[in-house]
Amino acid sequence: MIELKDIRKSYGSFEVLKGITASVEKGEVVCIIGPSGSGKSTILRCINGLESYNSGEILVEGQRVDRDAPSIVSIRTQVSMVFQRFNLFPHRTVLENVIEGPVFVKKEPRKEAIERARMLLAQVGLAEKADAHPPQLSGGQQQRVAIARALAMQPKAILFDEPTSALDPELVGEVLGVMRKLADDGMTMVVVTHEMGFAKEVADRVLFIDGGVIVEQGPAKDVLNDPKHARTQDFLRRVLHPL
Amino acid sequence: MQAFLRDATEFLPILLEGVRLTILVTIGSLILSTLLGLVWAIMRVSSIKIVSRTSAGIINVIRGIPIIVQLFYIYFVMPDLGVSLTALQAAIIGLGIAYSAYQAENFRAGIEAIDKGQIEAAQSIGMGWWMTMRRVVLPQAVRLVLPPYGNTMIMMLKDSSQASTITVAELALQGKLIASSTFKNTSVFTLVAILYLVMSIPLILFVRHFEKKAGRP
Ligand SMILES: Nc1ncnc2c1ncn2[C@@H]1O[C@H](COP(=O)(O)OP(=O)(O)OP(=O)(O)O)[C@@H](O)[C@H]1O
Ligand SMILES: [Mg+2]
Repeated sequence: MIELKDIRKSYGSFEVLKGITASVEKGEVVCIIGPSGSGKSTILRCINGLESYNSGEILVEGQRVDRDAPSIVSIRTQVSMVFQRFNLFPHRTVLENVIEGPVFVKKEPRKEAIERARMLLAQVGLAEKADAHPPQLSGGQQQRVAIARALAMQPKAILFDEPTSALDPELVGEVLGVMRKLADDGMTMVVVTHEMGFAKEVADRVLFIDGGVIVEQGPAKDVLNDPKHARTQDFLRRVLHPL
Repeated sequence: MQAFLRDATEFLPILLEGVRLTILVTIGSLILSTLLGLVWAIMRVSSIKIVSRTSAGIINVIRGIPIIVQLFYIYFVMPDLGVSLTALQAAIIGLGIAYSAYQAENFRAGIEAIDKGQIEAAQSIGMGWWMTMRRVVLPQAVRLVLPPYGNTMIMMLKDSSQASTITVAELALQGKLIASSTFKNTSVFTLVAILYLVMSIPLILFVRHFEKKAGRP
């Protein structure tokens, strides 16, 4: 349902993505791993149209992603994004954050949107926080609200950009738990992460990116347990045994 | 004290005519400076280089010239270019332009204080530029911008007295005229000071109200 064909992207004279070709099937969970600065976030941001790309083509359900075309709105309502730093709207309550997209972008009746939002908040374990403001919540709670906000758009896929990297270690589990449940329910997910345990257990496929190219990809178990490429081996060794 | 009260009843009607012009100049130039300031600010945060540079240039030129010189320019030089204005019009336009630079910097700071991540989150749920402004950026920016905006209003009220330099008989000039014809300097200028103070009190309360509000989450 998401297809990237030979994507190239530069900031000035610096080429960040040097020909990325990949696809994500419906219901699949794909994890993207790789060193800092390798272009992982940029890939997600291009899929969502937050960044433009210089050449190649990205298709979502056959529709071309073009940041400057009106069709980008419909693509963004089909592919939601969860950010490293949550990016909730601090001036609105948790419930208002969740219904913002359905009510104001998709023009759903408010009552239905609220009903679904309450259900989603219950699903991420935050039913009782509906009327709180985001700054009153812990990082883990905020990220779960952000996931509920993404789900409220009833997307066909969700992109996660290091959703647990800004969290205290003891809060990582509650967010990964919610994501694992989503995966079990068949949600299509692309997850940039450094959580190798999560990737190993939940991902169908893993892409290892380095220097703007896909160095290695395949079933999660193969890439993570038995990497073929020296750079992948080296990266995994450093991530799993930082000392 | 009794003499003062007698002077007050005598001079107040004339001074209130000055108050009327002071309020007119202040409100007129406040509206103009707010509108122009918003235009400069939105141009300034534009991602199009020429637009933001043009705005930066305009702001610097306006800030670099004393208000009084801007007033002289509009009142005395414009007629040579074929545009003649009444003193009141020239005062409103001159002060409006002069203050638009400060308004713009305040509005820009408010808009730029909003975290880029929130703007991206808004876009990622399908909001366009205008809806993002209206639902996410402006409601938060307004809270930040209001206290300094109130301070600007107070400064504009006081700086409206500069209109006297181009013959607008606002409060300060009325005071000076009465004083020089009656020699009752103490009574007249005390009255003038009190009238300015009375006009700024609502503005001071306005600032305090919004400072308190901005402090809340
Ligand atoms: N707006 C920008 N302007 C210039 N360079 C940028 C910009 N955004 C990202 N880059 C550069 O592009 C490269 C890839 O960035 P990207 O954020 O995709 O990396 P990443 O793999 O997500 O890294 P990390 O693990 O640190 O998040 C980096 O070298 C970064 O410095
Ligand atoms: Mg990143």
